[in-house]
Amino acid sequence: MTEHEANEPMSVDPALVRGLTEPRISRGKLVQRAGAGVLALGVAGFLEACGVGGANKKASTGTGANEIGSTAWWAKQKQAGTFQFANWPYYIDTSHGKHPTLEQFTKATGIKVNYEEVIQNNDSFYAKIAPSLQGGQGTGYDMVVMTNGWYLTELINHRWLIPLDHSRLPNFAKYAGSLVKSPSYDPANKYTTAWQSGFTGIGYDPRLTGREITSVEDLWDPKFSGHIGMMSDNTELGSVGLLKLGINPVTSTQADWHKAANILKQQRHMVRQYYDQSYIQALENGDTWISQAWSGDIFQANENGYPHLKFVVPHEGVMHWTDNMAIPLHAAHPADALAWMNFYYQPKIAAEVEDWVNYICPVPSAKSYIAKQLDDPTVAHSPLVFPTAAMTAKAHEYYTFKNFNEFNTWNGIFNPIIQS
Amino acid sequence: MTAVAGMLERRPLEAKASRVRPARFLLPAYVWLVIAYTVVPIAVMVAYSFNQTPSGKTTFAWQGFTTTWYAQVFAISDLTSALEHSFEIATGSTIISLLLGVPLALALARYRWRGGVVADSVIFIDIAAPSVVVGASLLSFFITLNIARGLGTILIAHVAFNVAFVTVVVRARALGLDPAIEKAASDLGASPWTAFRTVTLPLLLPGIISGGLLAFAMSIDDFIITQFVAGPKLTFPLWIYGAVKTGIPPQVFVMGTMIFFGGVLIAIANTILQRRTQL
Amino acid sequence: MSVALRSRLAPYLLGMPAGAYLAIFFIVPLFAVLSISLETGNYDTGFVLTWHWHEYVTAIREYHTQFIRSFEYAALSTVLALVLAYPISYWIAFHGGRHKSTYLLLLLLPFFVSFLIRTLAWQFILSDQGIVLGTLKNWHLLPQSLRVLSTPSAVIAGLTYNALPFMALPLYVGLERIDRRLVQAAGDLYARPATSFLRVIVPLSAPGIFAGFLLVFVTNVGDYVNATILGGPDTTMIGNIIQTEYLTNFDYPMAAALSSLLIGGTLIVIFLYARTFGASQIQEYA
Repeated sequence: MTEHEANEPMSVDPALVRGLTEPRISRGKLVQRAGAGVLALGVAGFLEACGVGGANKKASTGTGANEIGSTAWWAKQKQAGTFQFANWPYYIDTSHGKHPTLEQFTKATGIKVNYEEVIQNNDSFYAKIAPSLQGGQGTGYDMVVMTNGWYLTELINHRWLIPLDHSRLPNFAKYAGSLVKSPSYDPANKYTTAWQSGFTGIGYDPRLTGREITSVEDLWDPKFSGHIGMMSDNTELGSVGLLKLGINPVTSTQADWHKAANILKQQRHMVRQYYDQSYIQALENGDTWISQAWSGDIFQANENGYPHLKFVVPHEGVMHWTDNMAIPLHAAHPADALAWMNFYYQPKIAAEVEDWVNYICPVPSAKSYIAKQLDDPTVAHSPLVFPTAAMTAKAHEYYTFKNFNEFNTWNGIFNPIIQS
Repeated sequence: MTAVAGMLERRPLEAKASRVRPARFLLPAYVWLVIAYTVVPIAVMVAYSFNQTPSGKTTFAWQGFTTTWYAQVFAISDLTSALEHSFEIATGSTIISLLLGVPLALALARYRWRGGVVADSVIFIDIAAPSVVVGASLLSFFITLNIARGLGTILIAHVAFNVAFVTVVVRARALGLDPAIEKAASDLGASPWTAFRTVTLPLLLPGIISGGLLAFAMSIDDFIITQFVAGPKLTFPLWIYGAVKTGIPPQVFVMGTMIFFGGVLIAIANTILQRRTQL
Repeated sequence: MSVALRSRLAPYLLGMPAGAYLAIFFIVPLFAVLSISLETGNYDTGFVLTWHWHEYVTAIREYHTQFIRSFEYAALSTVLALVLAYPISYWIAFHGGRHKSTYLLLLLLPFFVSFLIRTLAWQFILSDQGIVLGTLKNWHLLPQSLRVLSTPSAVIAGLTYNALPFMALPLYVGLERIDRRLVQAAGDLYARPATSFLRVIVPLSAPGIFAGFLLVFVTNVGDYVNATILGGPDTTMIGNIIQTEYLTNFDYPMAAALSSLLIGGTLIVIFLYARTFGASQIQEYA
């Protein structure tokens, strides 16, 4: 027998050969398939008619005394004895499988809390609840926790959140800190109250930078080239660019955004990576020496074996963000959710949650409770949990987009820097 | 038929390989090296599951040895139930995908049919479609039909992509099977179902096991599609991803370790069982 | 029922459960979304079907770099995975003996543990001064300035690592069914082991290679996780873009157009592969 070519096996059995060489796609059928595809598009078009449409229409929330969220409306709401609380995972005090603060709430008010840790990102959670709200249906949740930003703004703009009855939130009025009262994205806290907040400033390793960091300019220092971390969230990225130019993000204009984008582009070749949340690993490992950072991450890193990492509020300013409690429209048990909001704003309760979560506490007076009753000076005395007046003076809020076009413009300006 | 006889007989190649002594060491050594390489990140996870963590959240700075987390592994009830859900869905979707995919694989391998070309392309598109789009499209679908999101919708979504993977793997196996064997069985009086059960199925078994393992791994680890179609009940990856913002608890590493060693135990048990049946 | 009719109907009957399932839960939702690629509008005002084919032109013009990059990374990682996995699958299939399924399980076991944990671990292991690189640099085997993370190499390494089981399993399946007598026959004809491997085993394992290529290449082209965690500023893949367009920008027409292009491009590559390697004779389906 002669040698065979590499592609042809020795003939053993025709069936075997057929099986071995059978094509997966054959030539001419590609055309047929294309035709079928066009047909299917017609079907798809029909489905579109009953599928996802536009989000433009604001929700009808009734008028006068029937208007949802009005004092009269709230007067009619009764506590049902239970409510659905959607939050981010591991964002509340946890001890032996239970949540002590929620249990205390149940004991004090008789309301059971169905606590679900179903939120992983703002964008995907919004993508999940928006279609229901658009369709005039409830989301299945009575309380959600969302970060300030476009998605929360959308919920507010579309009137998909129930305005709060502040007469039932005396604890908020009494104990909430100035940082979280009447934020620019929700004046007078009409729809939201803060759950936790945080700073986005600069985190760095002084052993590797060789010096103290004081300014946003330091993120542009060529000496750190290749070891600079920036955030891949374009709101954070754009805002730090604005800060560097000395512009207050809340009052910035589109021209300002372009200027910020330019200096960010200049920085690009020095940036090691645009991180989502993993910048903290890079800082811990020493791959990155200086990075945009969240205050809570640095606090935790300090606790966890990296005491040398530092968080600094640059003199140009620090960005302040908040995760907010809100009650979505068509919630089944709004009165119960509202009761929890009020309960949370007691220093004792906020302290218990804070001792666990370690971001910025919305109740400054919780500090002494943590120091004394909970005997946790690390948390109580940390400026990352209870910022000083000097720090809060430098806190800036993010720009609140008025409509989709503005949001789109911002994205169009800053996304290309991150994703090229 | 020589081909038939050849198919039914599998004699290992050891006899011929005695010529190539160095290669005999090289190859197994390579295999174990690669297995070790795949295990490296797992080893890190196992090591740090014993790490003390002052703040209750995982860290890669070594703080001291402790077994506390193993004692408290189920302390976070939401995490534990997320893990349970992941297993339930992975098992369910694997079984259903096999039930759907094996017949399709046979149909694609054995026959030439017009529908086969369409099925082929659908399978490819299923694998090629980006997870984001599959997830979002299914979510729109469920909302339009007013189907409440929960473990059921996650199961449906997982089967939707697992079927394609199972089909591809099983078909690679089925392509080599000679249909004449089944004909021989029916010539000897077996009904089509008996022929399938006693002849084809055992021959397909390596493909079925491989496809099943793959489907299980994909399902238990899926994140993007699950994120879209999940309801109040979470899966393991979903919980972990959401916790990254505030810090992952050490129980996550402990659970990962338990999953891994649970699998090792199953592998060992499998080995022992097989040795028994051979005797 | 006559035998002829039964065998004509057989494939349809066999394939129907899976086909129906996919038609309902995959094709219909997918086409609904893909049709959005031809629509105009934005999230606030809603979308209207205008057969706006120009979306595709825009998509290609703006993102062709990421498309090409994705195909490059996917191709590289597929080839690497093939080279790495083939010996393993070969060994398990031919020398695994009774314990084949055990070895398969062991190979796949690390991938049952969440990818997030694995990737975090890799970030720790591969850090510039970490266990691996730090040690090698201390021994002066590597230059101090070398880094692995935040580079295209890290992304490709991540893609290859995650692809191993997807390549190894189909390869194993394809290799396992090779008739050993063919290999013995080659030996009888004075072929050296290397020759019989190259000329007999490899070609016979073609369906397995194709299946592995399909699973690995196709999934890797659309991947975005590795680029996000392990990559740097210039490693963005098309999967990242699609995710951003969908979840952050709400630009559904662009996201859908990019997805269609991705699927279409992958189909073309598969088709070309099948033409070149999969068959020397193309046979039409009846």
